Amino acid sequence: MHLIVVGLSHKTAPVEIRERLAVPESRLGEALTRLCSYPGVKEGILLSTCNRVEVYSVVEDVDTGYGRIQEFLADTHLSLSSEQLTPHLYWHTGDRAIAHLFRVASSLDSMIIGESQILGQLKDAFEVALAHKTTGVIMNKVVKKAISVAKRVRTETKIAEMAVSVSYAAVELAKKIFSNLHEKTVLLVGAGEMAKLAAKHLIANGVGHVRITTRTPQHAVDLAERFGGTAVPFDQFKDDMASADIVLVSTGAAHYLVGAEDVHRAVQERMNRPMFLIDISVPRNIDPAVRHVDNAFLFDIDDLKHRVEQNRAGRVHEAEKAERMVIEEVTMILDWMKSLEVTPTIVALRNRVEDIKRAEVEKVLGRLGHLSAQDRELVEGLASSIVNKLIHRTMVTLKNEVNSSSGPAFVEAARQFYALDQPAASTQQTETYSESSRYLTDSRPQSEADEPTPEPSVPKRAR
Amino acid sequence: MAAVCFMIALSLYIVATVSFLSYSLRRSEALSNVSLSITAVGFAFHTITLIMRMTGASSSAPPSFSDALSFFSWMIILVLLIVEFRHRIHVLGSFMVPLAIVSLISAAALPESEPTLQPVFKTLWFHVTLSMLGTVGFAVAFVAGVMYLIQDRLLKSKQFNVLYSKLPALDFLDHLNQQSIVLGFPLLTLGIVTGAISAELARGSYVSWNPEQTWAVVTWLFYFVVLLGRLTIGWRAKRAAYLTVVGFACVILTLVGVLLKGHSALS
Repeated sequence: MHLIVVGLSHKTAPVEIRERLAVPESRLGEALTRLCSYPGVKEGILLSTCNRVEVYSVVEDVDTGYGRIQEFLADTHLSLSSEQLTPHLYWHTGDRAIAHLFRVASSLDSMIIGESQILGQLKDAFEVALAHKTTGVIMNKVVKKAISVAKRVRTETKIAEMAVSVSYAAVELAKKIFSNLHEKTVLLVGAGEMAKLAAKHLIANGVGHVRITTRTPQHAVDLAERFGGTAVPFDQFKDDMASADIVLVSTGAAHYLVGAEDVHRAVQERMNRPMFLIDISVPRNIDPAVRHVDNAFLFDIDDLKHRVEQNRAGRVHEAEKAERMVIEEVTMILDWMKSLEVTPTIVALRNRVEDIKRAEVEKVLGRLGHLSAQDRELVEGLASSIVNKLIHRTMVTLKNEVNSSSGPAFVEAARQFYALDQPAASTQQTETYSESSRYLTDSRPQSEADEPTPEPSVPKRAR
Repeated sequence: MAAVCFMIALSLYIVATVSFLSYSLRRSEALSNVSLSITAVGFAFHTITLIMRMTGASSSAPPSFSDALSFFSWMIILVLLIVEFRHRIHVLGSFMVPLAIVSLISAAALPESEPTLQPVFKTLWFHVTLSMLGTVGFAVAFVAGVMYLIQDRLLKSKQFNVLYSKLPALDFLDHLNQQSIVLGFPLLTLGIVTGAISAELARGSYVSWNPEQTWAVVTWLFYFVVLLGRLTIGWRAKRAAYLTVVGFACVILTLVGVLLKGHSALS
């Protein structure tokens, strides 16, 4: 049972390939069902966004799995052949596949590091897979872990805190002038796309009133309706400026629409309450001399871009911290995955019952000192045959289900029923048992059985 | 014992200042809670010092100038802790704690001077306490003003550095500035009135125009104008910040006046 990922992203494939490979939401379920119908593919999730198309899957054999999924990807679009895809694909397995998923979820692999959309997209992809029952024990656990890793990265680093779009940088700056954007008024002069976006962000951050003016009066009225604001006649907007805390200018005018004198007057009318002016237009529409007006803070498109650049650099710095977290989390989940292997589980189970048997037999024989050697053997034989019969079916089922899709579920169940991830409490009659001694009890008989050493159980999973 | 507590408090404040400053100049948020905890422990020792001084001194003895300064810095730290608790603006510590330290060191360095006024009833206590509370208001306004001017400068010159990201919004600082003066001014007014009454009771004249009284009146007039200007003709934001910085200079001169008067009375 191996976890693999096959896919392509903005780093490896141009948009022409990505857009053809992308699976629309409506067809996601059908695609997943098809994926899991390939022989040897046990579990699958399809993550399809505008920047990446990736298939995460649990397969029986790594190499065949790679082939099957590549086949599956090529089949999603008629005009794509497997050969066309190959140069853009990446393949990972085991810890690298998990690390890749964690990095993607934490937005470390995104075009804009730290953007938050990808986590939502991963959650949606997971929902669809759950709805179509194409995930099992391994996938569920790994994806849930990826989501929690992403949340941890978000809260423990500042990766998502800093604005990395020009429109959002405007909001960030506004918050350094006004501690509370509620009850603040924004005046939108002209309606460039970026200005509209900035206005949207400002409204989302609490700005209470929107006033809009454009050269075409009807356009302003339409926009006012859309933003829930008021339209202002274009020839009067300068007189209206004093009522605005934030002025967003983006028109196609080739000259300065707002001069330093206008701003000076507005600030005076506002009794020196600070004013935040953003000029997103090129050529600029606000006279740069406004910089010299006290209590007026003017930022043009370059200032905003400069801020964005700084924040990007900051995010890269934070990303280093996040990478370390990912590595940490990958080791933890690998421990869990190793515990799902059948052979170590069987060995652990046998050791567990053997320990219980020995302890009980010693206890009883201690009290029955008068027994002959033959009788002692009989008692021991009785105990052995009871425990062996008790676990016989479990052993057989585990062995039979090694390669079935529900194999990991049986292993997980066995580990829980017999508390294999917990210290051997029953033999000691105490709950406390140190990590190292547990490791010893677990590993001692392994060397006899010549089995691969099972990992000490993951402490986190012990309940 | 009081002296030991005093030294511990002072040392902790110095450590807290270093910690606060490195918090303000580094990108990491790590030191904020450490700095705050150190300040809080220092504050506890400081409180013990003050209580010991108060219970130790005989009730009829007049408050000494160094006690007044110590009380002043105690109030500064108290205000810092309150504002921190409500608004979580850690950068404030880098400005307020050093102010408290300067005042504490002056308190320690000052000779025990004889007061010029013989205490009659408790009016002198009222005078000192009220004046100091008013001064605390102006000190906070001063700190808010300095922070405002720094943030204003950073925004105007578009220097989005670490300090920029840690300083609070301009209108918050302006509001803090206003609140501090609105609270400080009536307290200073009462302080001056009780001071005049004390002088009347001790010397038979309300005003003698010594340096202390002259500067007190100048300070009072100054803040009166600042407050009036803010409420009527919009002296807020940058202008208010400048004015409160200048106003605090007047306050310092008044305090120096108190000292000079004490010394001239001795000689």
